[in-house]
Amino acid sequence: MATEVLMPALSPTMEEGTLAKWLVREGDTVSSGDILAEIETDKATMEFEAVDEGIVGKILISEGTEGVKVNTPIAILVEEGEDAADAEVDTAQSQQPVPKEKRQNSEDQSASGMAHPAPASPGAARDLSPDWPADAEMKTMTVREALRDAMAEEMRSDENVFIMGEEVAEYQGAYKITQGLLDEFGARRVIDTPITEHGFAGLGVGAAFGGLRPIVEFMTFNFAMQAMDQIVNSAAKTLYMSGGQMGCPIVFRGPNGAAARVGAQHSQDYAAWYSQIPGLKVAMPYSAADAKGLLKSAIRDPNPVIFLENEILYGRSFDVPQVDDLTVPFGKARIWREGSDVTLVSFGIGMTYALEAAEALAKDGIEAEVIDLRTLRPMDTATVIESVKKTNRCVTVEEGFPQGSVGNYISSVLMQEAFDWLDAPVINCAGKDVPMPYAANLEKLALVTAKEVIEAAHAVTYR
Amino acid sequence: MATRKSTAKPNVSKDELLHFYREMLLIRRFEEKAGQLYGMGLIGGFCHLYIGQEAVVVGLEAAADEGDKRVTSYRDHGHMLASGMDPKGVMAELTGREGGYSKGKGGSMHMFSREKHFYGGHGIVAAQVPIGAGLAFADKYLGNDRVTFTYFGDGAANQGQVAETYNMAELWDLPVVFVIENNQYAMGTSVKRATKSPDFWERGAAYGIEGEAVDGMDVLAVKAAGEKAVAHCRAGKGPYILEVMTYRYRGHSMSDPAKYRTRDEVQKMREERDAIEHVRQLLLTGKHATEDELKGVDKQIKDIVNEAAEFAKESPEPDVGELWTDIYAEAIPQGEAI
Repeated sequence: MATEVLMPALSPTMEEGTLAKWLVREGDTVSSGDILAEIETDKATMEFEAVDEGIVGKILISEGTEGVKVNTPIAILVEEGEDAADAEVDTAQSQQPVPKEKRQNSEDQSASGMAHPAPASPGAARDLSPDWPADAEMKTMTVREALRDAMAEEMRSDENVFIMGEEVAEYQGAYKITQGLLDEFGARRVIDTPITEHGFAGLGVGAAFGGLRPIVEFMTFNFAMQAMDQIVNSAAKTLYMSGGQMGCPIVFRGPNGAAARVGAQHSQDYAAWYSQIPGLKVAMPYSAADAKGLLKSAIRDPNPVIFLENEILYGRSFDVPQVDDLTVPFGKARIWREGSDVTLVSFGIGMTYALEAAEALAKDGIEAEVIDLRTLRPMDTATVIESVKKTNRCVTVEEGFPQGSVGNYISSVLMQEAFDWLDAPVINCAGKDVPMPYAANLEKLALVTAKEVIEAAHAVTYR
Repeated sequence: MATRKSTAKPNVSKDELLHFYREMLLIRRFEEKAGQLYGMGLIGGFCHLYIGQEAVVVGLEAAADEGDKRVTSYRDHGHMLASGMDPKGVMAELTGREGGYSKGKGGSMHMFSREKHFYGGHGIVAAQVPIGAGLAFADKYLGNDRVTFTYFGDGAANQGQVAETYNMAELWDLPVVFVIENNQYAMGTSVKRATKSPDFWERGAAYGIEGEAVDGMDVLAVKAAGEKAVAHCRAGKGPYILEVMTYRYRGHSMSDPAKYRTRDEVQKMREERDAIEHVRQLLLTGKHATEDELKGVDKQIKDIVNEAAEFAKESPEPDVGELWTDIYAEAIPQGEAI
């Protein structure tokens, strides 16, 4: 039985090539791995090896021929005693080109595929239920205490939850978020790491693949840049790449954004970066109650969660409901203040500027509705859209850089989903487009301010 | 590489030799077929073949127990077959079809099997190294006496995260065998053009990790070294490094013209050091099998591979709805550890 040898594709993009040189002649015996020919692609000259054993019965394309299409028969291999001229070609064994309809299958159907909503897309059903009972007893506590309590509660209820990071154990946390955890849970579950972000982020991902529920603390998210590959390529994408076989239940948490006077390398807000990645969930709480409820949800989530805290908020106090097992769901914004004149959308520390601006605007007779997104992926754009349908104006507030910001995304969603309701362009208030300066006066200028939010609100309300 | 040592290994059974022969031949024939399907345009993108290195993974699998884990780089087809994954599912993933291990969504570099404790298939050089240590961390945390084989190449051995991982693995006595598959070329860069510290296993000493170099063209030597490494880990002594000296016959990927080494160099390895030929000679000279019996094995393997190729061609492309699945999990797919 003869076998056709076809012009091979030697790179992902090759469609045709030059058959530069034959290294065998008709009548030669070849075995698997022998070099048959040299073929020039658009990138290089490649050696082409035999896959099957046999005798070169006939060379169909002579050397020097240019523009030989991939999958063109270039030679026939025969068995001993066979003649190429009358040999029957075994088409089952020969290298058949891919049927065209199979290759184009997905293109044909792509239109219907694209219509599927993205996981955090607009139009999702809004959850309007309260996060906790209205009559819940309240206790004032700091964001720091709320975060610590959330981890302690989850570690008590699930033996597979552990925390690792720099200075989380004996030092009690660089920002004291893990205070007391070593004493209660011991060194097996509260683990000081060497200063090795890329390494321990990857190790945490492996531990999550292996059935544990790691909380990985970055001393700040600035240092997580060293671990970005493990967060994005390993943690976020493996579920998809494994066809749903292998998930990564892990929380990466730590302070994010500017602290005070620590310069450009320690003062960046990564909210927009992480919120771009399918496979990640991203939370950025403002209040202590949300910090606690969202962190408990994050630890229980079967997916990788980026939990963005803020050093300046750690010491702020808020009322926290004293209920058993306080959790806050992802993808549910919180309306802090209702208003009919303009919608202010923010998250994390941006909420301090938004709320301050709303107070000032009220004195000028402008009633702002203030929405805290709380989670950026999934993002509750439905609540924003509903609000804008009422106020017809929107200002977004965040500390991150302006280009490719969360505000930019919200503006785009509003254009597509609420264009007819908008009475003014959406204004994005963001950090300035500069690395964070050290000097006190310049740092102030680089950050977003309540004053800028107030001015933006006046601009969109034309008063 | 040194010339082959004495092939007399009295304590090797016929069954074991035949098993090695069969497993290594399966990988080689599978990879040759994958190369062929790539040439036909049925496999796209990057496709890194394992031909030449078969004794590494087959020898180490012989040292593993049920429940032990393995994780590797993008040159992963051999590891999947040796861990017992179905050639049909692997080949169908290469062709990007519904019947593939990742439903066609992972491709050559990204496959996983919970059942066979195979944790990938990772496309970023050395990313699997801390992940492997993390798997071992989980096993130690759970106290289940398992060992993780973490494979990487001589190229990956120069990555910073390998050093970071060595440090943590030894610090925490993690049961992980670091297997450096030194095939002497990081893509097109030979080891001597990449480092002045070419004995990779010795780098463990800086962190207190024991290790050794092994002849990776001799499956029996690899198995023996693997058993020693595994015993070290199971005894609670922490990680162990095996630098397995091997050779890849094909290019880095299918689109590698391989101009960085001579044809003679490749040919010499194939003729003098081939791992499959080594076992074949042991079987024949030890009178464990006849030429005809081995031809029978060859035929069986060829049939398995052809069946896998047919399956991979016939399996349909994934449903377009698969574009939007498996982005977020509702529950942890691999289940909670207990």
